[in-house]
Amino acid sequence: MTRVHDMGGRFGDGPVNPEPQDAPVFAEDWHARALAVTLASGFLGQWNIDVSRHAREKLSPTDYTRFSYYEKWISGLADLLVDRGVLTLDDLGEAGGESAHPLAERALKAEAVANALAKGGPADRPSNVAVRFEAGQAVRTLRSTANRLVDGGHTRLPIYAAGANGRILRLHGTHVLPDSNAHGLGEAPEPLYAVVFPASELWANPENPADEVVLDLWQSYLEPA
Amino acid sequence: MPHDDHDHPHALLPPEPALRVKALETILTRKGLIDPAALDEIIDTYQNKIGPQNGAHVVAKAWSDPAFKAALLEDATSVVAELGYYGRQGEHLVVVENTPEQHNMVVCTLCSCYPWPLLGIPPGWYKSDAYRARAVREPRKVLAEFSVTLPETTTVRVWDSTAEIRYLILPMRPAGSEGMSEDELAVLVTRDSMIGTGLPKVPA
Repeated sequence: MTRVHDMGGRFGDGPVNPEPQDAPVFAEDWHARALAVTLASGFLGQWNIDVSRHAREKLSPTDYTRFSYYEKWISGLADLLVDRGVLTLDDLGEAGGESAHPLAERALKAEAVANALAKGGPADRPSNVAVRFEAGQAVRTLRSTANRLVDGGHTRLPIYAAGANGRILRLHGTHVLPDSNAHGLGEAPEPLYAVVFPASELWANPENPADEVVLDLWQSYLEPA
Repeated sequence: MPHDDHDHPHALLPPEPALRVKALETILTRKGLIDPAALDEIIDTYQNKIGPQNGAHVVAKAWSDPAFKAALLEDATSVVAELGYYGRQGEHLVVVENTPEQHNMVVCTLCSCYPWPLLGIPPGWYKSDAYRARAVREPRKVLAEFSVTLPETTTVRVWDSTAEIRYLILPMRPAGSEGMSEDELAVLVTRDSMIGTGLPKVPA
């Protein structure tokens, strides 16, 4: 089974209300601070992108639903900082002092920001997992979406595309497997594919049977159809 | 290995979101773990330096230069990096082309993946539950909410960004733009046209 963040295809959310294209990048000042605090904390090097995604997904369904976007970020970050031992519960509860922190030497400095952001963090890695599928090949996704390594853990196969028949569109190379990397089990790189699914395979009442959805899926999410 | 039986440390912070952010920033700053000047620099980068003008440059160049376009569709990451657009959330880029037969649009149903070096920080609607939930199931209704109506003969292909591949849509060059320079063309390229929820502006 899955978690509250896995909402593709869900009914009941109402219309999308696009703000004007020239709206400010950050609607509120605290949105900008939340993004910056989260990014800067990430540069302490205590977690990877899969861990940080999972921290947001692990918010309780009640919190995930009632929190706005950047509230999820900042709350997931607070939980992660405690989980990784960077901060204690006393620190969050304002009982913490100003004592020097062992990780302080890693703090991102203003002059290092441009390079740090420009450097990025590629997810492709060499892998010894043999490529199993080729473009055009028919495949089926695993019937239930789940992390096979950690019960309730992070995974990137949305439930709406579980057990669906599709076709390999392209091989992206070999990429870090989030199911493993989110849980300290290593990067476990394996082939990653773009897989195309007919809308009629995913939805009971597709708007147009010729429409399609493409997902990027790891080889271990797929089997030959 | 259970994952949900912990306390929720975030509940120790003030509930009001702006105060919650401020509190965490203050705690981390006191411990020397973040530098407020670095935060200002990050914000300045995404508020003023990196945004949809980067993507518009790429699209306008592709409209103007067939060899560039062919290379872009073949290997966008390296082609775009040569223009200086690379970095966080843009490490693996794929550009897909709209045609009269096929319209493409991008979503991230699981979170908010988006090609930052080319488009900046995603707009609020892209991160909304409504867009994430509906774009894959009823893209044409969603497009209508952006005032975009496609012919029935145009199929829609929705790209759900479930991995670290980031997608940029190459929209169709609008009629009436013949003879325009790359800079003039770039002005026609809207952010939403590169997500696939909009179309480029038509020259006046």
